[in-house]
Amino acid sequence: MKLRTLILGLCSTSAIAFAAHAESITIATVNNADMVRMQTLTEDFTKANPDITLNWVTLEENVLRERVTTDIATKGGQYDVMTIGTYEVPIWAKQSWLLPLDKLGDDYDAKDILPAIAGGLSVDGKLYAAPFYGESSFVMYRKDLMDKAGLKMPDAPTWDFIKQAADKMTDRANGVNGVCLRGKAGWGENMAFLTAMSNSFGARWFDENWKPQFDQPEWKNTLQFYVDLMKADGPEGASSNGFNENLALFQQGKCGMWIDATVAASMVSDPKSSKVADKVDYALAPDNGLGKRGNWLWAWSLAIPAGTQKADAAEKFVSWATSKHYSELVANKLGWASAPPGTRTSLYANADYQKAAPFAKMTLDSINAADPTHPTVKPVPYVGVQFVAIPEFQGLGTTVGQLFSAALAGQSSVDDALKQAQDAATAAMTEGGYIK
Amino acid sequence: MARSVTTQHKTIATVAAWIVALLIFFPILYTIITSFKSEQEAIQGFNLIPSGTFESYTEVQAQSGYFKFFLNSVFLSVGSTILALLVAIPAAWSMAFSPGKRTKDILMWMLSTKMMPAVAVLFPIYLIFRNLGLLDSRIGLMVMLMLINLPIVVWMLYTYFREIPGEILEAARMDGASLWNEIVYVLTPMAVPGIASTMLLNIILAWNEAFWTIRLTTTDAAPLTAFISSFSSPQGLFWAKLSAASTLAIAPILIMGWFSQKQLVRGLTFGAVK
Repeated sequence: MKLRTLILGLCSTSAIAFAAHAESITIATVNNADMVRMQTLTEDFTKANPDITLNWVTLEENVLRERVTTDIATKGGQYDVMTIGTYEVPIWAKQSWLLPLDKLGDDYDAKDILPAIAGGLSVDGKLYAAPFYGESSFVMYRKDLMDKAGLKMPDAPTWDFIKQAADKMTDRANGVNGVCLRGKAGWGENMAFLTAMSNSFGARWFDENWKPQFDQPEWKNTLQFYVDLMKADGPEGASSNGFNENLALFQQGKCGMWIDATVAASMVSDPKSSKVADKVDYALAPDNGLGKRGNWLWAWSLAIPAGTQKADAAEKFVSWATSKHYSELVANKLGWASAPPGTRTSLYANADYQKAAPFAKMTLDSINAADPTHPTVKPVPYVGVQFVAIPEFQGLGTTVGQLFSAALAGQSSVDDALKQAQDAATAAMTEGGYIK
Repeated sequence: MARSVTTQHKTIATVAAWIVALLIFFPILYTIITSFKSEQEAIQGFNLIPSGTFESYTEVQAQSGYFKFFLNSVFLSVGSTILALLVAIPAAWSMAFSPGKRTKDILMWMLSTKMMPAVAVLFPIYLIFRNLGLLDSRIGLMVMLMLINLPIVVWMLYTYFREIPGEILEAARMDGASLWNEIVYVLTPMAVPGIASTMLLNIILAWNEAFWTIRLTTTDAAPLTAFISSFSSPQGLFWAKLSAASTLAIAPILIMGWFSQKQLVRGLTFGAVK
């Protein structure tokens, strides 16, 4: 009886001790396929770390951004791990809102992270967010339509070639548009594409003294080319099309070319959802011979807010989710094609991955072709390829995006849109104290 | 002749009412239709005939636990309504049966708080909740929902109470009823239809509230509004899944509204025509 009581007592004490020790961390994330996949695989983490439980908060991208900004600015402590992008990391790290990730473990191999991605997530040489998946942008095109047009897509096309090919591929009677590009207004929608495109035309948002540059000929050339191209060869209602709308158009065979995120490659080449899966090939984003291509760089990354009380547990989770081990776990369960792309050099050296993902090399080349610290032909005072890493950019980028979207819809001229963009940028920069 | 004109008018009015009703209900109907489409079909453009797949519902249920969010929605909407009635019944009684010089001003001021954009007070409210440890707490959110719907509840009850003859309450007082007894045993039973319709409307308002319920919760207290919000995706097709999540979220309140429509209409139009 005494022994039984003793054993029961020990068990209870252990249970209480375990319960008191168990830590629960809250992870804020977006509803992307890779993120959803991660949620289904967390048993691997909790088995190895039985003292940590995971709570997930999945939100719409803009709501997530607003919520984590509110929480982090007020030190609300609601989240222990946040999913944020390349835009937020340098700004938040400079505000001391994020913890540096210096305890990711001995076997984490931070040097394996692609240098372009690591550069975008570091401040003063310290990594403030670990990339979960990374992307650039490139050309996805229909080989059959290109053959029919009597053209051959070079690995590194120019904008003139894109225009020529789009003109020849357009067959509106059969519902085929030569090219599909983003037109929906938003700093992360049409302005991501147009800012990256403008880099290849030699344009820039601001000069070295933060003076807006929309009144310069490079921007006029960019926007005029884009509007003319889309009017001649783009889909109807293109000013409402973002990533998802163009994805659907391409998958249904309604686009000859689509220049967008490299992560789309796995979606357009998936026979379950794409009618043209076996007819797709890839090329680098176009250039104009000025030394910069029109491709961007983005990484959805996991960061730890400075207000968390559970930094150690949070860092353990970040380390697990962004490790080589995680990629292998995904590969074992779901195949190599499902491994999160664009973060680690070793993934692209893996023969199994290369075999499963025919777009792997082009993705890697695209990521390597982007330089967030020197994004433009002329010098600029900011970092970021398809954005300007300053807090004012979200609002300003969306305002300018609305003006450019209106120009695409034919509601205003290119000149008017650029003039209004210049005025809006000048007002925002003056208000922000960048210029007088 | 006069009879045929009246019949014609009635027919026109009925047809017009059906058209207006259909226009108002159409977005909900289209959401339900879309929930039975595949993601490819959902984004292909306007189409009223779905393929009839249940794929989105299966995925939605697998991805997030619906019932946890549902229970939070029930708790928050019912709890905040009970709290609101506890505060609003005495307030409306006082304004209806013993009005002061500034009663109308107070009523207008209460209503004016509904006109303020919620985002204007996001930071102060967030800080208060943080300091009181109420972030992601059902109790905190219940109080918040009670506060934001209180002006409407007070107004509705005030309008209803004013229709009750004050002499009946006087008679109760003459018979020695205390204030408590007067409210509980005389006023409340007489005002049951008005209180019921106010309660129903407040439950609907609390159920549908999306600004604060998304911003003040994370996991424990998150209701169905947060559940819906989680199905939008920046990279990937999601319209069918989002529609399935929305249908699951609005179904309970839609059914409740359908069965209680008479009480709701009565409550909303009471006092409008004298």
